[in-house]
Amino acid sequence: MPRYLLSVHMADGEAREAMTDEQMQHSWQEIQALETDMKSAGAWVFSGRLHDADTASVVRVSGGEVVTTDGPFVEAKEHLGGFYIIEAADLDAALGWASKVTRTISAPIEVWPFVDTAGG
Amino acid sequence: MPIVDDALIGRIFREESGRSVATLIRIFGDIDLAEDAVQEAFALALRKWPVEGLPPNPGGWITTTARNRAIDHLRRESRGRELLGLVVEGTEETSEEEAGPVQDDRLRLIFTCCHPALSTEAQIALTLRLLGGLTTDEVARAFLVTEPTMAKRLVRAKHKIKAAHIPYRVPSEAELPDRLRPVLAVLYLTYNAGTGGPSGDGLRQEAIRLARSIVSLMPDEAEVAGLLALLLLTESRWPARFAADGSLVLLRDQDRTVWDRTMIQEGQAIVRACLRRNRAGPYQIQAAINAVHADAASIEATEWSQVLTLYDQLLAISPTPVVALNRAIAVGEVQGPRAALALLDDLDLADYHLFHAARADLLRRLGRPADAARAYARAADLAPSDAERAFLFGRLDEVGRRGSERSEALRS
Repeated sequence: MPRYLLSVHMADGEAREAMTDEQMQHSWQEIQALETDMKSAGAWVFSGRLHDADTASVVRVSGGEVVTTDGPFVEAKEHLGGFYIIEAADLDAALGWASKVTRTISAPIEVWPFVDTAGG
Repeated sequence: MPIVDDALIGRIFREESGRSVATLIRIFGDIDLAEDAVQEAFALALRKWPVEGLPPNPGGWITTTARNRAIDHLRRESRGRELLGLVVEGTEETSEEEAGPVQDDRLRLIFTCCHPALSTEAQIALTLRLLGGLTTDEVARAFLVTEPTMAKRLVRAKHKIKAAHIPYRVPSEAELPDRLRPVLAVLYLTYNAGTGGPSGDGLRQEAIRLARSIVSLMPDEAEVAGLLALLLLTESRWPARFAADGSLVLLRDQDRTVWDRTMIQEGQAIVRACLRRNRAGPYQIQAAINAVHADAASIEATEWSQVLTLYDQLLAISPTPVVALNRAIAVGEVQGPRAALALLDDLDLADYHLFHAARADLLRRLGRPADAARAYARAADLAPSDAERAFLFGRLDEVGRRGSERSEALRS
């Protein structure tokens, strides 16, 4: 079964409209419900939400030495905020899940196919 | 018995290769394999048919031959042998009839080619290459890019279909409205691409042929029928569209006796059937507008109020500046140029040559030749084709002469 990465991008510093506790609670419940759906459909493989970009670190080889620096690697206005890894029969099925996620969190989603591995 | 020459085989290729490619993609699930095998089958046909004569069912012969070629290819590779075991078990002994195209194959393929996850450019290129049987070079020339650029675009698009597992199937009823939209847009853009370039005839005919085949595959979709009618009614005016010097002739100045009556009748019959269905959509309304023009013996005899009513409907469904521009032109015919010019002032179309051409025409009719000349010059600057530029420069000359006469009169 093909696997897809659904990645959620967040704009840095762009303060999202402050949510009331009630709204936050509601949003969290919706996300939980969606993940439950993904799991019972056998689509969910893994998912996670990431801390802000200024918490990221980068490790790279420079002049034969491994150097650690403050991250993130790509200087951009938007950074990976969270992701799902799902299994889906084809792109349309993956886009179906992505549509549900984007409705729930009100942020755009990128859908990336994984390279098929043997038996994967 | 027709003479079997390269031209005839070329025509058969154009008509049949889409079906064969679509059927082989269904069987093998691999676009490149399908394309290569169908190419080889035609290469074989070019050698055999002139000697042995046409087979009773040339399309079926191509599909069967291509399928056997594909199986040969797969047998030669170890990975292919595995795949072969999975996908074509038991199909080896099928007869020509059984290997013949399942009607839905081409429909599946066009929905794959026009998947919204592909760029519009890629959608058009894939559709013309895989369903239209155009060579990469022909597709490249139609879109004014080099062959390597187009080849790269096709490779990238096919890679995405494979890597992202873009499905090969007709979308469900619920998905259909969203998924049909890019398919119709691709056919319309293909037709329009054929109104400029040198290989234009082929593209326009290809768009009409594909629209016709989708109508036969999805007879209940009113907008598909609407698109076919729109293409037929537009194409019916083709013989009158250019002057002897190659410049564009406007609808109002066209020789209506050379319009293609057969196409008009077919287009108008489809429009009438659409009206009975009463599920209006943008293509059907545009077809209806063209049907009104086709009915009129001259520009003066045109039922402009009917045209305006249709544009009102179209603008309500698709409120784009281009539709608003066309509606304003109809207003100009019903209420006069002053009312139309006021409408144009609100439109944000400064980069669109037809906006300036329409403005110029209204200014000319209002007796403001200097303003009209400026607008014609701007339109000519922006015009995408030589025929349109030639027409606009002609108009510019006309109003320019009158404009300079007037300004000289003012100065003296």
